[in-house]
Amino acid sequence: MTILAFFLWSLAKVAVITVMMLMGVAYTVLLERKLVGRIQNRWGPSRVGPFGLLQPLVDGLKNFLKEDLIPTAVYRPIYLLAPIISLGCALIAIAVIPFGAPGMGPHGFDLFEISNINIGLLVILAVTSIGVYGIALAGWSSNNKYSLLGSLRSSAQLISYELALGLSLVGVVLRAGSLNLRTIVEQQAPLGIVTWNIFGGGQILAFFIYLIAAFAETNRSPFDLPEAESELTGGYHTEYSSMKFAMFFMAEYGNMINVGCVATLLFLGGWTNPFGEFYLQNTFINVFGPLFWFVIKVVFFLCVYVWVRGTLPRFRYDQLMNFGWRYLLPLAILNIVGTSLWLAYR
Amino acid sequence: MHLILFFLFAGFCLAGAINLLVQTHPINSALSLIVVMTSLAVLYLLLGAEFLAIAQIIVYSGAVMVLFVFVVMLLNAGREERTLGSLAASRVGFPAVVALFAVLATIILHIHGLNAAHLGDGLSNAPGQSNLVLLSQVLFHELLLPFEVTSVLILIAILGAVALAHVEGSKLPNSETAAPK
Repeated sequence: MTILAFFLWSLAKVAVITVMMLMGVAYTVLLERKLVGRIQNRWGPSRVGPFGLLQPLVDGLKNFLKEDLIPTAVYRPIYLLAPIISLGCALIAIAVIPFGAPGMGPHGFDLFEISNINIGLLVILAVTSIGVYGIALAGWSSNNKYSLLGSLRSSAQLISYELALGLSLVGVVLRAGSLNLRTIVEQQAPLGIVTWNIFGGGQILAFFIYLIAAFAETNRSPFDLPEAESELTGGYHTEYSSMKFAMFFMAEYGNMINVGCVATLLFLGGWTNPFGEFYLQNTFINVFGPLFWFVIKVVFFLCVYVWVRGTLPRFRYDQLMNFGWRYLLPLAILNIVGTSLWLAYR
Repeated sequence: MHLILFFLFAGFCLAGAINLLVQTHPINSALSLIVVMTSLAVLYLLLGAEFLAIAQIIVYSGAVMVLFVFVVMLLNAGREERTLGSLAASRVGFPAVVALFAVLATIILHIHGLNAAHLGDGLSNAPGQSNLVLLSQVLFHELLLPFEVTSVLILIAILGAVALAHVEGSKLPNSETAAPK
């Protein structure tokens, strides 16, 4: 494969995946509105298109057409930079996520992952940790007390829960002996659901720690203190309007999708199917089967997100901190010790 | 390609460092420091130390600098005042920096000479091996004792910080509950 062909294939891949990600974000919003609607015994959006399916596109258009206000008291450079950091970090993380079988392109070109690197998991953690700046700086530069309170809460919350999040993944990494996401998936693939990390790997505790910490990391209910409407009007994005607000909104949903992808890869066997490797050998199935399973698993996670949002009330701030430091963190460390002992004396 | 990236990010690194000194607003300085840290991570990546690079981003750009920004936001620090600086510092400082760089350059040239730099072909003493494996081999096998001692030291520092904070914190509720009586 020549360099030019490689370059063009890669460019096409990046473009397609970014567009898919943005569409995914748009339709996650619709999924949430529909599901929360059903939970609250109403229909959700149903007017635009069949079953309201065109609603996200119309919402996007509406955001573009809204007036773009910049308050006079804001600190302009950082105020403008913050939404870009937020959305950028949410979109970059997808670059290292493998969502289909390896190879598959011409000349063994990796069609279903933008870049297969040996520290993929750490890259995702690094990008998430940079994403904190978007929220922190947005709140600070808005020059508004509600925004500042929101972003202070958010920074403290993200720093606290990042620890538990990172530690909960160590068990999985220990089992796979690698930080490469493809290796981690292939290690849990052979017998399907029985050897997935969540069941056969004994990482069910780690899975729930990851899930809870991830809810806090993405500022989702019940950990949505940074944007608690009843206390802080809009939290860190109070002063943002039009597309700048939409960028924060998209970043939040993009992060939800990323978290779903990581949980799928690390605990639920990624793109492999739950019945082990005895399905039909056929080019069509080999290409689209993995994609199908991956998307199903991620959508399952998104539904869990919405379900929790529709069910649980918000934490109080001290409860949130207590829970993170006193329960989640020790449990995550316990999980590492347990997994190491098990691997050593197996 | 590696050379272009090297010059690009070395440029970012220097520009960030200079901007850090020139800016008067603490938050701008903090952001410049993030640029410096992240560009350094890219330089590590170019030298083939991928784990070090990503650890640099997670620890320095992601955790330490978030704390810096957090403190700046919490104290709501305004613009700092410019002073002309002390006369001695400006007279002695620049020659001292020049001398320091001269010494460093002499040592490096003495050891390495003007050889071509090895960009992008991994750590030269262990080609083709993940440096995560090598690093953990060194940390948890050859240098286990120093590593553990360092972590105990850090643990003691954390416990000390908690103890100091706790003494002040426990006084407050007592005085508050004592007041109504």
